[in-house]
Amino acid sequence: MSTLKRFLILLVLAFCSGSMFAQAMQSATQAPVEMATGLYQSGKIYVVVAVVAIIFIGIVTYLILLDRKISKLEKEVQNK
Amino acid sequence: MKKNWWKIIAVVFVLYTIIAGFLLKVPAQPILHESIRNLYFHVPMWFSMMTILFVSLWNSIKYLSKSNIESDLLASQAAHTGMLVGALGLITGSIWARYTWGAWWVADTKLNGAAITMLIYLAYFVLRGSIDEEQKRARISAVYNIFAYVMLVVFLMIIPRMNDSLHPGNGGNPGFNKYDLDSNMRMVFYPAVTGWILFVVWIFTLRVRLEKVKRKIYLND
Repeated sequence: MSTLKRFLILLVLAFCSGSMFAQAMQSATQAPVEMATGLYQSGKIYVVVAVVAIIFIGIVTYLILLDRKISKLEKEVQNK
Repeated sequence: MKKNWWKIIAVVFVLYTIIAGFLLKVPAQPILHESIRNLYFHVPMWFSMMTILFVSLWNSIKYLSKSNIESDLLASQAAHTGMLVGALGLITGSIWARYTWGAWWVADTKLNGAAITMLIYLAYFVLRGSIDEEQKRARISAVYNIFAYVMLVVFLMIIPRMNDSLHPGNGGNPGFNKYDLDSNMRMVFYPAVTGWILFVVWIFTLRVRLEKVKRKIYLND
């Protein structure tokens, strides 16, 4: 398990450092394309973020409860 | 808690993707506009599908060499989980296509390849359902599963690259080349892929544990 953990940490670090390097090299010449700047100005994008985050947290809570239920069931079956 | 650390990583990564995926700056691209953010949500579905189906393949091979019925259980549950994320990938891709290409579905090598792959895996479940004897079912479906994964590689990775495709990452399509180099997006995309893969593995382990409990009850009776 610890090698896996170390590998994961290494992976994350590699991504971060790689992207910083690439950022420095990026050029900023681009034709303007219409984006949802208005939505950001009004700040309402946070509402969407909150909604999606809550949906995801809800699903995760459901999975955690399911996980616990199955653990309980596993113990019960083993004690039989 | 000690053995659940990876589930926490999965949740934290996906949550980070949801927040950063909506709020961080993305490159401005014609046609795509803000829908470029779908990259953080639609693409990880396929990455996790391929991963979990590889787990399925791995267990099928293991079954053929060791004849342990547990490998068969793992293989079938992994394939089930793979179909869940595959279906989500198809549906989200269809919505994205509607608002960028103008149609829910286009006769594109990548899209049709994905649909055929799903059908090949559905046939795996039909095959499993049609054989009663446990060892026989496990053996035949394991062989079929190896064929199915090879077909997945052919239909999702090889044929789309040999033809022109609307879908980015295939043929001679330059649509996403710009963000291929975009570092802002990578900082969200890689955690998204890692997070979703771990998340799907979590769902897979729940399915497996439930099936094992079912089996135990069944054998005790």
